[in-house]
Amino acid sequence: MAQKIYPDAKAALDGLLRNDMLIACGGFGLCGIPERLLDAVRDSGVTGLTFASNNAGIDNEGIGKLLRTRQVKKMIASYVGENKEFERQYLSGELEVEFSPQGTLAERMRAAGAGIPGFYTKTGVGTLVAEGKDVKVFGGEEYILEEGIFADLALVKAWKADTTGNVVFRKTARNFNVPAATCGKVCVVEVEEIVQPGELDADAIHLPGVYVQRLICGAPYDKKIEFRTTRTTDVG
Amino acid sequence: MTKHDGLTKGWSRDQMAARAAQELQDGFYVNLGIGIPTLVANHVPAGMTVTLQSENGMLGIGPFPTEDAIDPDLINAGKQTISQLPHSAYFDSATSFAMIRGGKIDLTVLGGMEVSEAADIANWMVPGKMIKGMGGAMDLVAGVKKIIVVMEHCAKDGTPKFVPACTLPLTGRNVVDMLITDLAVFKRPDHAAPFQLVELAPGVTAEELAARTTAHYLS
Repeated sequence: MAQKIYPDAKAALDGLLRNDMLIACGGFGLCGIPERLLDAVRDSGVTGLTFASNNAGIDNEGIGKLLRTRQVKKMIASYVGENKEFERQYLSGELEVEFSPQGTLAERMRAAGAGIPGFYTKTGVGTLVAEGKDVKVFGGEEYILEEGIFADLALVKAWKADTTGNVVFRKTARNFNVPAATCGKVCVVEVEEIVQPGELDADAIHLPGVYVQRLICGAPYDKKIEFRTTRTTDVG
Repeated sequence: MTKHDGLTKGWSRDQMAARAAQELQDGFYVNLGIGIPTLVANHVPAGMTVTLQSENGMLGIGPFPTEDAIDPDLINAGKQTISQLPHSAYFDSATSFAMIRGGKIDLTVLGGMEVSEAADIANWMVPGKMIKGMGGAMDLVAGVKKIIVVMEHCAKDGTPKFVPACTLPLTGRNVVDMLITDLAVFKRPDHAAPFQLVELAPGVTAEELAARTTAHYLS
């Protein structure tokens, strides 16, 4: 079997990066973002990038790092708050933004990954999101046509992988990582631990290895928390 | 509480959330928006099982964790750290919105900037201001079985927010089933019917409500 494991993010991205490419990226806020791979994209110096990602990181975290270095031309996202540099570039017109409703964004990735170039959805009917899109009536209700996102490259963060690229995620860090992984021509995954085949439960694989072309172990991780909320006492 | 025009009656934010919680039923799967809607979780009646969905990929949201149990891989859609419950389940974002769009979620409670008499809702952008995006709001109002909007009846300057037609860009068209404000509750039985006033907050008269509402409703 072809070797999927690379020594680090730079090596894993070798030959895959070029200016003006479309990258699908997993993560929700700072949860489950492929931080090693994003750092390596930044260090490569490629520019004019379009990112399809639910969020744009925050200032100097995640995609926020590539905004700071002006490597991002366009964002396809559902929510971009908590990011001052994003706001500055967006308001000055340096950065193009395509807002896509969160579920539509996830489905545009999933659909493309499943070979479906477009689908009709009720989400956004009668809103700005519907402008310029085909409207079709099914069963007396209006739906709008949304197009799949066929990305040149998918960047994904997961918990564990075996050496053949079977992947499992942890808790809510799964989020957009699965649909993003499937919609890339090439998918590069960073994980916290790489194990031998057989060590992951074959019945509990979240992303089968067929979707994963390159793999790195990015540990150790110092995971960031956007809003640290706690309780002080036991709940009854 | 609405405090313009000398009117200091009406429900507090927490009371509005408690009113919304009266719409919960045992076994419901529910998605709560950020702000007042989040408070609804504090008012689930004793003995009732309600499973909360977080659109970033979880069913069965638990309470905020204790300091030693904080997990960066476990957050809600507001990006706050949370905990899991014995019956919790995790899934990816496409699956999460498949259950939302597919009509599997029984109820969502959302905040609003404006609601129109035709049951349109605007709650994601104000022209001229920084647009942060709609997040999952458009998917929720399009797909969830029952949509409750909880909002102040008027803006801080006294401008009515329950209006004949929304002035702000819409989040959804003809989607709201119930509107709970600090002054009153409005409902409609189906998507062809107008809103009906069903409840006034204690101390609020029908005349006071009408004076602060530009939308048409059945009283």
